[in-house]
Amino acid sequence: MNEVTPLLECRDVSKTFVSGTFRKRYNLALDKTSLTIADSPPAITAIAGESGSGKTTLARVLLGLLPPTSGQVIYKGQDIAEMSRSEFRDFRREVQVIFQDPFESYNPFYKVDHVLETPIRKYGLAKNKTEAKELIIDALETVGLRPSETLGRYPHQLSGGQRQRIMVARAVMLRPKIIVADEPVSMVDASLRATILETLRTLNDEFGISILYITHDLTTAYQVAENIIVLYKGTVAEAGDVEKVINSPTHPYTRLLVDSIPQPDPDLQWGSDSSVSRLTGGLSGHGCVFYDRCPIRQDRCDETPPSLYQPDKYRVTSCYAYEDSGVFDSPRLTDAFIPASEIAPIQG
Amino acid sequence: MSTASPQIAPSDSITEDEQIGVFSAILVMIGRNKTLVAGFSLILLIGLFSLFGTLLIDPERTEVGAGKPAQSPSSEHLLGTDQQGRDVFADLAYGTPASLIIGLIAGVIGVGIGTALGFLAGYYRGYWDTFISLTTDVFLTIPALLVLVVIASMTTVLSIEAMGLLIGFFAWMGPARTIRSQVLSLRDRSYVDVAKFNGVRDIEIIWRELVPTLMPYIAASFVGTVAAAILASIGLSALGLGPQNEPSLGLTIYWSVTYGALIREMWWWFGPPIVVIVMLFIGLFLMTAGLDQVSNPRLRTSV
Amino acid sequence: MTTTKDVPLRVENLEVHYHTRKGPVKAVDGVSFELQKGERLGLVGESGSGKSTIALSLMVAHKEPAKIEGGKIFLNGTDMLTLNDNEVRRKRLSEIAMVPQGALNSLNPVMRVKDQMIDGLKAHGVSKSQDEFADFIAELLTRVGLDVAVAEMYPHELSGGMKQRVTIALSISMNPSVIIADEPTSALDVVVQRQIVQTLREAQDRIGAATILIGHDMGLMAQFATRIGIMYAGRLVEIGPTKEIFNNPKHPYTQMLISSLPNTRGKRRLSGIPGITPSLLNPPPGCVFHTRCPQATERCMIEIPKLVAEENGHSWACHLYTEAKSEEEVTA
Repeated sequence: MNEVTPLLECRDVSKTFVSGTFRKRYNLALDKTSLTIADSPPAITAIAGESGSGKTTLARVLLGLLPPTSGQVIYKGQDIAEMSRSEFRDFRREVQVIFQDPFESYNPFYKVDHVLETPIRKYGLAKNKTEAKELIIDALETVGLRPSETLGRYPHQLSGGQRQRIMVARAVMLRPKIIVADEPVSMVDASLRATILETLRTLNDEFGISILYITHDLTTAYQVAENIIVLYKGTVAEAGDVEKVINSPTHPYTRLLVDSIPQPDPDLQWGSDSSVSRLTGGLSGHGCVFYDRCPIRQDRCDETPPSLYQPDKYRVTSCYAYEDSGVFDSPRLTDAFIPASEIAPIQG
Repeated sequence: MSTASPQIAPSDSITEDEQIGVFSAILVMIGRNKTLVAGFSLILLIGLFSLFGTLLIDPERTEVGAGKPAQSPSSEHLLGTDQQGRDVFADLAYGTPASLIIGLIAGVIGVGIGTALGFLAGYYRGYWDTFISLTTDVFLTIPALLVLVVIASMTTVLSIEAMGLLIGFFAWMGPARTIRSQVLSLRDRSYVDVAKFNGVRDIEIIWRELVPTLMPYIAASFVGTVAAAILASIGLSALGLGPQNEPSLGLTIYWSVTYGALIREMWWWFGPPIVVIVMLFIGLFLMTAGLDQVSNPRLRTSV
Repeated sequence: MTTTKDVPLRVENLEVHYHTRKGPVKAVDGVSFELQKGERLGLVGESGSGKSTIALSLMVAHKEPAKIEGGKIFLNGTDMLTLNDNEVRRKRLSEIAMVPQGALNSLNPVMRVKDQMIDGLKAHGVSKSQDEFADFIAELLTRVGLDVAVAEMYPHELSGGMKQRVTIALSISMNPSVIIADEPTSALDVVVQRQIVQTLREAQDRIGAATILIGHDMGLMAQFATRIGIMYAGRLVEIGPTKEIFNNPKHPYTQMLISSLPNTRGKRRLSGIPGITPSLLNPPPGCVFHTRCPQATERCMIEIPKLVAEENGHSWACHLYTEAKSEEEVTA
């Protein structure tokens, strides 16, 4: 078991969305999910899933933007729902965010400087205007932007990539403990994605910031993160060392996802589709969430959902096929994560 | 083979716009919108007429007996006199600003209250929204004109300002609804969340992030409310329920009806106020249509 | 000598400009290529490359302020740009069909699927009895892997992937010679994306329609296309067989693009392409990529490189190679 001091964690968090006035419809977006983000060493963790997996909901709950229906979000040992105003303010400052849409993140009424000057003013990061300017220039240069080409402009005058990098600069400037990046590069051109992702790695290496990288793209998750949590319909399908999960997946859903990645190599073609068509009717709703699409489903899978089993030291999977490996009994998912010390350094 | 160092293009802005901000861009867009400019010019014309009229013309000419009654237009009385000897031109010159002022007061009150309530309901939702929306819906079912008629007929003396206030009291529901629905969609934008992470508190988010973005809607609401208020006030005055001690367009119509100007073929009496009212409304209508186009990009006819 | 049967689509020097107040934006600046019968061409580009403009222009479905300023589009031997509206309309769906972006709601929400398909077919002159239509539609739906019951459903009852399959079914309904798929899988999940692209592949293979897949995902291109064309700032900078493009890219932009692609075979330092795409209102003189090219020379800043055909059906537009060639000639 790894000794990690939890910085931000969610315990048994569930979130149900209700819609409709007379005939209410309930959508269980998150089902008793628990995860921890460590204080030290600062790590990059990926949360991967498709639409409807609950990954964005999880991000918003962890950021304190959405109250969970049940369960708690705990920051530095305190439940965020019970924090005082000033404690919550600290939480807001120390857990920062990068959103997916580089255009919507800016108020078109203001120049991009607005988004950089406001936090300096609000959090009292500088004593005077000169210091503030220095902070901003420093942050912009850290992400590889030239202040002369970005400051003083309106959002519509900059490219999506530039806007997204300014958002990263903003997050860095505040020297947070954690950055939650919700699909930070999915709306950015391919040639710029690499630059931004490399910047995230730098933030982790040099500034000691933990990063939670939320994405639907397994390839970038693999490149950027040390550990990954694969979500399906609000539950954890598989989690652990990203090398293991992506290159030798155990859970049938992870296998399906990995098989569907369009590899940028004409010699690595997709195989024939191995997923099973959805069952119509006959779903009890009590069992494994992947039952209707699973190629190796059994009757018991529809009766009770599987627990998390641990087929490898640094990987857990929620599939009965691996129950012989033993149940993963820690409440903290991070106990199955590979520590940074055991990861080989990246090739130049 | 020489290798020149690759140059990053000096002006890196994608669209190569001049450094023009959204506010100036809005002004430019307004300027380019012919409908809005036409409407605004009309209103401006009427406003100037009122201004110079009140400055240059002696107010005593609007009083009863200022001149011989029922005179057709002459060099002394440009639009003649009415049955009681009032100089019609003077009446118009002093009556028009009265209607405009009522409209402005009602507009400011209506949009002021309505916008504030709209923001509260749209941003905070929950109990705020339930309460404000309920109140708005209830007020909307009240036949405002009817209530105004009743109140106006009960009071003996009604000043211009009081009338403005009264109409404004029933004018806030429209803006409240419009602003509320706009805020409901804006509050989910990422930049509102980013502001939260920048340490900005809710009230400041409303004031600094949402209000500037909604200025076109607020302006359109304002013009619409002013138009409706002017209409209501003219209608009430024409029925004799408005202020009687000061000249106003509606009052002139009231007197011309009471004294049978139509039958007496005193066209210089009932004609001009109608022309001014029509011009006023065409101007306000064009402004509203133009503002709608400016705030709703899909209605725009040119890029 | 290739007959028009072998080359259902030939584009010559296509120029499409957007007319803005500041002047014309050259979204497509002199693009030429040929589409062989039954082949799958991938047209790759990032934002601002002009790929979406081309998609609409090939169907002559572009809207103001976009205008086709020059060039020819030969569909089965006839230049579409010389035809009037009615003639173009007749060619759409019957000879050239489009599968639009997944995010666009191209299906009418108040009509059942089968009624929409029948409407579309009737509008293009197909006349059958009610029963014949029902059978025809059932067959089309099965071909794209959908249950025949889908015909009776409304669009909102279908998932994103199913809706796209309906549009694919519609596009193959009249056996066109060319299918244009414009980012058909944007906004779709990776598993659904795979199903859609595989469906498209099978469908076009069955009817022998040449297909152009337009997009920005090189991974998808590797899975689908037999030939790939790389677009940058409105120009075609390289085109060739898929394996050539991936294993032997020649144009510096293509090279940097390929090397920036992440894969899952091992972690490495990620590098992108520095700089930003140029303004299409005022493109840089000479080679449009020279501002970001690490190997740019003086000639690149003045002269526009031409797309030169080399071996294996692989062509590229870069001065570096012509200079090297002329140097060889001098020393030889």
